[in-house]
Amino acid sequence: MSTGTPIAEPAGLAAPAGTPALIQEPGTLAAFWRRLRARKSAVAGLVIVGLLILMAVSAPWIAPYDPTATDWANVRGHPSLAHPFGGDEVGRDVLSRIIFGARASLGAGLVSVALAVSLGLPLGLLAGYAGGWIDGVISRLTDALLAIPFLILAIALAAFLGPSLVNAMIAIGLSATSTFIRLTRAQVRAVAAEEFVEAARAMGNPPWRIARVHILPNIVPAILVQATLTIAAAIIAEASLSFLGLGQQPPEPSWGAMLNTAKNFMDQAPWMAIWPGLSIFLAVLAFNLFGDGLRDALDPRQRT
Amino acid sequence: MSRRDYPVVSVRDLSKHYPLRSWWGGKASVFRAVEGVSFDIRPGETLGLVGESGSGKSTIGRAVTMLNPPTSGTIAFEGTDLAKLSAGAMRKMRARIQIVFQDPYAALNPRMSAGDYVAEAFKLHRRDMGRSERREAVAALFQRVGLDPRFMGRYPHQFSGGQRQRICIARAIALKPSFIVADEPIAALDVSIQAQVVNLLQDLQDEMGLSYLFISHDLRMVRYLCHRVAVLWRGRIVELAEADALYEDPRHPYTRRLLAAVPVPHPAEERARLAARDLVGHNEPPDGPLTEVVPGHWVALPTGQHA
Amino acid sequence: MKKPLLDVRDLAVAFDTDGGAVHAVNGVSYTLHEGETLGIVGESGSGKSVHVLAMLGLIPRPPGRITGGQVLFEGRDLLALKERDLRKIRGGAIGFVFQDPMSSLNPGMTVAAQIVEPLRIHLGLDARAARARAKDLLDLVRIPNAGARLDQYPHEFSGGQRQRVMIAIGLSCRPKLLIADEATTALDVTVQAEIVALVQELKRELGMAIIWITHDLGVVAGISDTVQVMYAGRILERGPVDDIFSDPRNAYTLGLLRSLPDLSGGRAGRRRLHQIEGAPPDMRHPPPGDPFAPRNAFATPRCRAEMPPLVQAPGAAPGHLVAAWYDLPKLLAAEAAR
Repeated sequence: MSTGTPIAEPAGLAAPAGTPALIQEPGTLAAFWRRLRARKSAVAGLVIVGLLILMAVSAPWIAPYDPTATDWANVRGHPSLAHPFGGDEVGRDVLSRIIFGARASLGAGLVSVALAVSLGLPLGLLAGYAGGWIDGVISRLTDALLAIPFLILAIALAAFLGPSLVNAMIAIGLSATSTFIRLTRAQVRAVAAEEFVEAARAMGNPPWRIARVHILPNIVPAILVQATLTIAAAIIAEASLSFLGLGQQPPEPSWGAMLNTAKNFMDQAPWMAIWPGLSIFLAVLAFNLFGDGLRDALDPRQRT
Repeated sequence: MSRRDYPVVSVRDLSKHYPLRSWWGGKASVFRAVEGVSFDIRPGETLGLVGESGSGKSTIGRAVTMLNPPTSGTIAFEGTDLAKLSAGAMRKMRARIQIVFQDPYAALNPRMSAGDYVAEAFKLHRRDMGRSERREAVAALFQRVGLDPRFMGRYPHQFSGGQRQRICIARAIALKPSFIVADEPIAALDVSIQAQVVNLLQDLQDEMGLSYLFISHDLRMVRYLCHRVAVLWRGRIVELAEADALYEDPRHPYTRRLLAAVPVPHPAEERARLAARDLVGHNEPPDGPLTEVVPGHWVALPTGQHA
Repeated sequence: MKKPLLDVRDLAVAFDTDGGAVHAVNGVSYTLHEGETLGIVGESGSGKSVHVLAMLGLIPRPPGRITGGQVLFEGRDLLALKERDLRKIRGGAIGFVFQDPMSSLNPGMTVAAQIVEPLRIHLGLDARAARARAKDLLDLVRIPNAGARLDQYPHEFSGGQRQRVMIAIGLSCRPKLLIADEATTALDVTVQAEIVALVQELKRELGMAIIWITHDLGVVAGISDTVQVMYAGRILERGPVDDIFSDPRNAYTLGLLRSLPDLSGGRAGRRRLHQIEGAPPDMRHPPPGDPFAPRNAFATPRCRAEMPPLVQAPGAAPGHLVAAWYDLPKLLAAEAAR
């Protein structure tokens, strides 16, 4: 073969010498793990998230008591060996309610964000790739929704749908959708301007295939990061809705609902507020840490 | 005219205009990126397109491949007027017209393996091919462009710039096109890699009878590689001739200025050149209709100045 | 030759990445004299830009690390200076011009403000004097109607004019050394010619030393006194410009020169381009010996095992140094005889 170049192993220095700070390789899963592992706070976040999910899933086996069972001997009971987190106003075990409450809180975070992504991603893709009047309509609607503060919108929607955990999830999900539409649209437009998309057209790809094969995989990382951070916001939103009585309904536990009742007993039984408050704090912190680490690991340029 | 001389690509009066909008959004004026450009490319021929930034050379490359269709003018490819094709028919036509881009870092999808990227040509245009047949064809293409087929599963970031450009070339030749637009294909490559890619392009031309539109600002490489060369200035062709004729006997003042600016990699000659040349001014070169002054040598000069 | 101005000794720079340390510069030593023009040639990853940025304290740390060496500028070690003192030299006694004139200029500041800034910092001029000097500088780099253009913003200048402004800033404090890093790479060829001619003239007028970093052998040929060829963070060859081009002693230099298109004779009779095979090494895992050995047809077993020192090339002009275990002229003679 006339151009028989001996095949050298791929060179590692992809970046020009002038930009040493960007010597990085994006891509492969192994490289991604290596970068994520190098970020201790992200790993901590991931571990805490994992433990919380494990706790929620295995709640029936690890909770010492039935979370809805009342015990007159334990009304506002001080933390003790039998009830390490104490008892609430009708004598239910706070520890068990925290464990079961994780289901409502994490569930609300995950389900509402799943809803927001499954609505926002296709709409954003459509707006960003189709452009024209379709983009105009979707973008103006998104702008209008984004003009209303997230929590206010969620409260209004939840009030409209009626108080229940499922309705709270729907309300939070719908409220978060506009963020994902906007992010997806911006990402699509950025990726669509890349030369490899033009190269895909030059090869004769039909538009839908360009969107699915060439654009979508390249915007997933950004969506993933946003989703993780939004889960944290959704957990707070669920707690807020439950605190206002619009989320999880008694006697079923949720951290927000627990805080709601605890506010009346702050003097007599502060543990009723401390434990759900700490749980919310921990879960939100963990998702945020993980999300930040994920962003750094997926996009080396964000690194400081 | 023999069949051999029948042009693969025939471009007539190609123009690309961009409306410039005023601040309230109305049409203020028109930017003429390319204006009235005509040329033919024969089978197995390389036509060089040279000019400085803003001369419209890349715009012509995008227009000829209908990636950014022209405002007016015709592009006949093997006798078919591309502007008259439906979107679907044009997509089919892309099997015969290919493009290699300047920046092999940007032209590859970072989340698609090199093998899949090349295989896409077959997925789109050769639906009859089975998976294993496709794999074999891609492996053969890798071999042909000097890449180890074992690297088919690797992703773009695992390749060097030169290897990436080979991947792009493998994809471009996959469907045995007759015409490839090479838009600054070596500009982003290291000096020690450029020769590899130029040699590959030349070998493929010899083997497959490819025609190239070679867009470049590297005037030395253009002379080496191209049969004929067109010099662009502000969206117009000011001179078009056989490569050696153009370099040895440039007729248009702009061509002369351009050629005089090329540094010579020979110390004594280059020092003499630097010492001799007076600072070139920015005066407008003369313009006029493109006229054939010697057979095959076209120059745009005002009538009466074709000395 | 004149007094030494810059003395680089065993400079080594590495970058920490998640995939391991990238050894970008691996023991670079050379001396630059007053008024000398040094052309540094190399491709991406050769260390030609990084080693200069490192000596000026311009690489981000981390991930960058200077792992060894000294850089003596007028007898003072730049690497040992505090950032505050280094800043006085940067833009003062050492001016520099980078590749991209657009991103090096602040789009939100007038050209005058950007030229005046170093004048006031380094020379302590008052506002009026600095402005007058700024106008002189624009005149110096041949920008017509300098007085009126001072108050314009960078976007009102063409690419070539912006690079002239950058040169004006680089020269503003009468530097003893001007460093140009791919200063004409982003420019059109006619504009490049103008900038090169301008720098030549300014050098005659002002007499500063120049380090001109580029990948273009043509530009180097015309303006350099000395040429230095870098590869994989090392100097492979260095010497007087005429000697390097007429009598290359390193196979990489030879490969670069041979790979230029040969334009003599008609198109039909032209030979294939000579190509250097393979690709530059991955600098996280540099090859053990001579870094060019894996791509070098002339390489001996010793080349693959041991890095050759940079020493006077036997039989070449004085000051023509080469790092090679093989004797290139002998090998070429043998090749020609076959």
